[in-house]
Amino acid sequence: MNWQAITLSLKLAGSVAGILLVAGLPIAYWVTFSRWRWKFLIEAVVALPLVLPPTVLGYYILVGLGPRTFPGKLWQSWFGQTLPFTFGGLLIASVLYSLPFAVQPFSAGFETVDRTLIEASWTLGASRLGTFFRVILPLSAAGAITGTVLSFAHTIGEFGVVLMVGGNIPGATRTVSIDIYDQVQAANYEAANRTALVLLLFSFLVLSVIYGTNRRAMSLWRKP
Amino acid sequence: MKRIHKTLSVTLAGLAWAAPLFISAAAEPASASQFAQKPCGTVTVAAAADLMYAMNEITANFEKATGCAVRVSTGSSGNFLSQIENGAPFDVFFSADIEYPRKLEVEGLAVPGSTYLYAVGKIVLWVRKDSRLDVTKGLAALRDPAIQKVAIANPQHAPYGRAAEEALRNAGLYDAVKDRLVLGENISQAAQFVESGNADAGILALSLVVSPGLKEKGRYARVPENLYKPIQQGVVLIRASPNPEGARAFLDYIKSPATAALLERYGFVLPAEVKP
Repeated sequence: MNWQAITLSLKLAGSVAGILLVAGLPIAYWVTFSRWRWKFLIEAVVALPLVLPPTVLGYYILVGLGPRTFPGKLWQSWFGQTLPFTFGGLLIASVLYSLPFAVQPFSAGFETVDRTLIEASWTLGASRLGTFFRVILPLSAAGAITGTVLSFAHTIGEFGVVLMVGGNIPGATRTVSIDIYDQVQAANYEAANRTALVLLLFSFLVLSVIYGTNRRAMSLWRKP
Repeated sequence: MKRIHKTLSVTLAGLAWAAPLFISAAAEPASASQFAQKPCGTVTVAAAADLMYAMNEITANFEKATGCAVRVSTGSSGNFLSQIENGAPFDVFFSADIEYPRKLEVEGLAVPGSTYLYAVGKIVLWVRKDSRLDVTKGLAALRDPAIQKVAIANPQHAPYGRAAEEALRNAGLYDAVKDRLVLGENISQAAQFVESGNADAGILALSLVVSPGLKEKGRYARVPENLYKPIQQGVVLIRASPNPEGARAFLDYIKSPATAALLERYGFVLPAEVKP
């Protein structure tokens, strides 16, 4: 069992879930409550990763942000390194790739909150921020939990982008899904079997916990 | 709670169903294969990534000569090995490591005695044209701290990666380079890493860097052959082949002098020239 790969995947998924909780909530808030007429364009952008194959994102990161392009050069001059082959690169790719898995449940959660409660809070003098943390978020906690857990789980399961831009560096970009792939290619079926089983049980456990404890939360996810 | 029990039992049933997948598929009995006289349908070929470019030309010639159609998949030899062990419907398998075809023969998954050494692969140090690295210094050039990333194929399952690692070790450079290695899933991904500029140098297959795709884009220096074991490339007929006649016709074509000359042009060394 490759514990280094498992730890790395957990670290990556935890960071992605954390970032998306912080960045996804305002995006979801805006998507839910904005009355801008072109809002659907932003919604489409957020949902893109649901449709795009991982190879598209991988291609853009590898070639579009490679050291031969202007954005790539800019990035390199700021951080001294290009995105591919680094943990940071994987982190950015995963955040983008899991964005809809966080934003959509968050947004679905916000929509279930009774508007009159929000307006009551405002008329009673609470600020928008205060209303968000004391009224909206508690009433839509199920959506927030679902979004966070889903983005965590989705990152654990990520493979295509990591294979394309990771460079398979132990401890930095060799995630558990890549490790399984390598084991299968090297015909180490026993090792692949063990790791695959751990992942299978883990994923089953995560989803059972959500389904079992939070049926309402999952129904939020299924809603278009 | 009841629901959870139900979900659990369904999942366990699913696991039981999937279990046989972990056991490699049993070989089907070999069908009597004869030399093809008539048009031989479609031949499905699995080819190691270092053959990517050469194979295009070989198959075009073969199709013209015989009227058969050829479908080629390229990838890492290790990946094809495990796919074939698990029943992939290939007719012919070109491996960058002849041990894989031999292993398939031993396992009863390839036609006995059909393994053929078609070429020996060479590795080179390759950089992009705009690189300042002096490749003529050989692998030692990699000591340059300006080299942040060095791409090789994954030594765990790609023969060229294994040779690259071996050469680095024998040159006494492995520890100096180890932390800067990035691993391609196969040798052509490693080449892509360097070609796109994301890695600064690569230890690649000679057959790739002299191919039309990369020829004009970079410079190379051969890695001295005493630093690594010859990369013996083997082709084998798959026993469960859907088209055994076509497969045999293709193998015969590979053994022809015309194909040998073509392979040589793509940077492969022919077996006849290899000392035993």
